[in-house]
Formats: sequence, C-alpha cells, structure tokens
Amino acid sequence: MAVPKRKMSRSNTRSRRSQWKAAAVSLVSCPQCRSPKRPHVACPSCGTYNRRQVIEPSA
Amino acid sequence: MPQPTKGARLGGSPAHERLILSNLATQLFQHGRITTTVAKAKRLRPLAERLITKAKKGDIHNRRQVMTVVRDKGVVHHLFTEIAPTFAERPGGYTRITKIGNRKGDAAPMAVIELVSEPLNTVRTTTAPAAPAPKAEETEAPKAEETPAEETAEAPKAEEAEAKKDEA
Repeated sequence: MAVPKRKMSRSNTRSRRSQWKAAAVSLVSCPQCRSPKRPHVACPSCGTYNRRQVIEPSA
Repeated sequence: MPQPTKGARLGGSPAHERLILSNLATQLFQHGRITTTVAKAKRLRPLAERLITKAKKGDIHNRRQVMTVVRDKGVVHHLFTEIAPTFAERPGGYTRITKIGNRKGDAAPMAVIELVSEPLNTVRTTTAPAAPAPKAEETEAPKAEETPAEETAEAPKAEEAEAKKDEA
C-alpha cells in the first residue's frame, strides 16, 4: 500500500490551507425595494421576483 | 440507445422516484403552487406540462393516461375541467419556477413551482406588439430627426477635415 515517505511540514500544510478561501456572494439590488439580493432568486426582503410577488417577505 | 432523463435522480429507487414525482404533480394540480427543492421542481416541470397537454386534449384515453400518474380522481377531474381550459390558448409553458433561496437546516436551494395564471395577452402586448407598433408610428419622425442630425454630424466632420487640411 502506498504511504507517505515524509512527514508533511507545518509550513506545507499551512501553505496548502491558505488557499482555502470563501468567495464573496454576488449581489444585485432588488428592482422593487432596492435592497441587495442574490441574482435569479426572489428578493428575501420584499418577496418579489421580476416585480411579481412570489413569497411572503421574511422580515 | 436510451437517453437518460435530464435532471437529478430522486429518491432511492425508480419506484420511489415515480412516487415522488406523481405526488408532486398531484399536489401542484391540487394547490396551484407548491414550494419544493429546485432539483425536484426541475424534474416536475416537464411531467406536469405533459399532463396538462394531455388534459387539454381531454378525451377518455388521455384521462386514463393521466390517471396512471395522478392517482387522485378528484385532482384529475379538477385538472381536466378547471385547469386545462385556462391553458387553452397557451402553447406550452404552463408552469413557472422561481428560486427563493436556500432552506434553513440543510441549505437546499428551494423554489416555488406554480401554474401560470396570468392571461397570455398581457405577455404578448408587452413583448411583440409593443415593439413594432411604436416603430411604425415613429418611423417617420425619427428619420426626419435622424437626417438633419446626420447632416449636422457630417458637417462638423467636413469642417474638421477642412480645418485639418488648412493646418497641414
């Protein structure tokens, strides 16, 4: 069975993990209430999509 | 070679998947709009629209074919007598999926799938006739505006060219 030959150094481990990044969520402004919302998703604050009421507003 | 169905596989077995989809279709026709996951909504849409197309034909053969999916006779009756006539003029596209964000708990992307209830004419007036009608009316006016504008645009260019020649 293949096994690692050398211990992975803290430096290499931390260098690898430094690339684990979270990407910022892209946001657009709602045409109805101007609050930021995710594109192609109904606005969570006013509950509209394309100015059409889809859901009850959560807030 | 058989082509696999588009979209995610649902449930644990083909029988489970058929049950999930038939239950979703039944609930959709019963309530008009249901909230479910995006994956299930995307699988449900072609099935529901096929059933509505069968309901629009409305004969006993199509009714029996729909009954193999939607087991509830009351819902099938509602589909054939009330839902299908509202879509008589609409050439497909009977349902609408709107994403509504992720579910709390497992962050599953959720969607609302609903039967389209808006009349078809409003859509046409906003898209097709609205665009050509103003054009036909305004064709004369913008042309009259455009030609002097072009002349004025050309005139400074010519003047500039002359000025450049003078400078040279």
